[in-house]
Amino acid sequence: MAPLVSISGLQVAFDGTQVLHGIDLDIAKGEAVGLVGESGSGKSVTWLAALGLLPAKAKVAGSATLDGRELIGADGKVLDQVRGRRIAMIFQDPASALNPVLTIRRQLCESLGLHRGLRGEAARVEALRLLDLVGIPDANRRLSAYPHEFSGGQVQRIMIAMALAGQPDLLIADEPTTALDATIQAQILDLLAAVRREFNMAMVLISHDLGVVAENCDRVCVMYAGRIVERAPATRLFDDPWHPYAQGLIGALPPLDGARRRLQAIPGTVPDPRALPSGCAFAPRCAHVGDGCHARVPPLAPVELDRAVACLRPQRLPVELAAE
Amino acid sequence: MTTPLLEVSEISRTYRMRAGLFGRPTSVHAVDGLSFSIPKGETLGIVGESGSGKSTTGRMVLGLEPPDHGSVRFDGAPIAAPGTATWRAQRARMQMIFQDPLGALDRRLPVAEQIREPLDIHNIGSKAERDARVHELLHAVDLNDGHGRRYPGALSGGQRQRIVLARALATKPDFLVCDEPVSALDVSIQAQVVNLLVDLQARLGLTMLFISHDLRVVRQISSKVAVMYLGRIVEYGDADDLFARPQHPYTQALVSASPAPGRRSTGRIVLSGDPPNPAARPSGCAFHPRCRLATARCKAEVPVLTALDPQRQVACHLVTGAPAQTQDAA
Repeated sequence: MAPLVSISGLQVAFDGTQVLHGIDLDIAKGEAVGLVGESGSGKSVTWLAALGLLPAKAKVAGSATLDGRELIGADGKVLDQVRGRRIAMIFQDPASALNPVLTIRRQLCESLGLHRGLRGEAARVEALRLLDLVGIPDANRRLSAYPHEFSGGQVQRIMIAMALAGQPDLLIADEPTTALDATIQAQILDLLAAVRREFNMAMVLISHDLGVVAENCDRVCVMYAGRIVERAPATRLFDDPWHPYAQGLIGALPPLDGARRRLQAIPGTVPDPRALPSGCAFAPRCAHVGDGCHARVPPLAPVELDRAVACLRPQRLPVELAAE
Repeated sequence: MTTPLLEVSEISRTYRMRAGLFGRPTSVHAVDGLSFSIPKGETLGIVGESGSGKSTTGRMVLGLEPPDHGSVRFDGAPIAAPGTATWRAQRARMQMIFQDPLGALDRRLPVAEQIREPLDIHNIGSKAERDARVHELLHAVDLNDGHGRRYPGALSGGQRQRIVLARALATKPDFLVCDEPVSALDVSIQAQVVNLLVDLQARLGLTMLFISHDLRVVRQISSKVAVMYLGRIVEYGDADDLFARPQHPYTQALVSASPAPGRRSTGRIVLSGDPPNPAARPSGCAFHPRCRLATARCKAEVPVLTALDPQRQVACHLVTGAPAQTQDAA
């Protein structure tokens, strides 16, 4: 089956500094894919580039297609048909994504008018249905409320309702729960899962939280310094990561049960994109670095049927660590 | 038994605020009758969501904010009024680390000078001794003199937090309050700082109050943990045991809401309702509107923190002696 979205060789440069070095990623219909990595790894830029949301100074190369139609370099009209309608996006800070001086009704109805051509009473009824769907209590009365009258978790629910207004095939959720408290995060993740089931919507979940991604995604891509370094089914990645960086990320996470162990901190820091090390960008921090690592960039090569890793010396974890 | 280094008894803090420009002023009970103590060399972790009063607690412990009621005793003596000589002497022995290292540092001063500043303020040592101490502190946090000559802007987030830590350690404090010290850092850097804190704590015999919303980080660092909800402790116990066998329904929900990589959660407890608002504290047990087990009694009566066994205290009407509904949530 042809993928819904297919990204290949996607590159982005700002002022001559390459920040994305060729991303290849397919999203199938209804699939949930997680992107994990630290700040500056290119998780968000990938999708901002694909949707033409980067500032004009960004140089974008490569291809991103939706149902076979090219998005990179497409003109505004084509992108307007895609953004919000076929592919919707929600962000970490929902409060700044809403207009503080307009009621929720105005903002929801605007989306419904733009993407579905609904006006007047039809739009109001649909807006009400969406608010109900995302679990805003007393939706009828709350429609005429302003963003500041809602709590952080409720505002994120409203953002999800707005994203659903266009009945998208793909939802990009960029750190959707990072700003929320733990118990509210659980609510929002539950809501996203329910919405996905109901509409058979694909989702890309961008997060720095491995636990969040592990529990909510089918497949996971680990990104480092503008490249995908490992791609695997979620359960397999967390049970048995192959790339030393993926292992490092998992080892750095304190366990909540069992014996306490010293955290495996990855030494050093993420490299500056203006001064990337030669060869594998992770080599200077890698515990298993070898001679060849500094010489060339390892390609993302398939290791098993549904896994790929970009490492010259992929490691298997010792059994006792993998079992944790 | 030796006296604990820090003894907090029945402290409360109430803020007055107005709802809107012409609103009637209301009282917000940020912290409500909180008691705990920390023995020398131990770390107490405080977990809770926003509005639970954990940061206010940290500020009251250091005397940055006076409690409305109750008392804080440090090393047997009450915390003196801010600004007095006694308070200064006490404060040299108590330091604080915040979440945002960039906000805590002066962007226009090389970081080594900022590490040196507490020594100047408290007039500790000669010039040469202060220089030597700065050098020693930079090494203690795994940095070198080269880093010391830089400005905060030229350091990464993890390095900045190390500088803040070095500065906090300059006066050789006995007690450290850490308020979300690693929350703004990336996972791999977070692990570096957590390891450093654990090492320094063991090496220097520090006593710490570690405040965070992140259960995993709190468990990694703390010996005892207090879970706060709307200004009160709802559960207290040994760190490993508390997260393995949470007893209070709120702690159970918190533990089950902490996603674990490697296994899909089964039967996660998802709390309904919004996060609590300290300005509109529910009657009885403050958690009852979100609690799946709440009864009529929970609405009416405030549960008291009671010892379940020598290791555990819980404030819940429904949790008594026998670990009846142990959740396999972790």
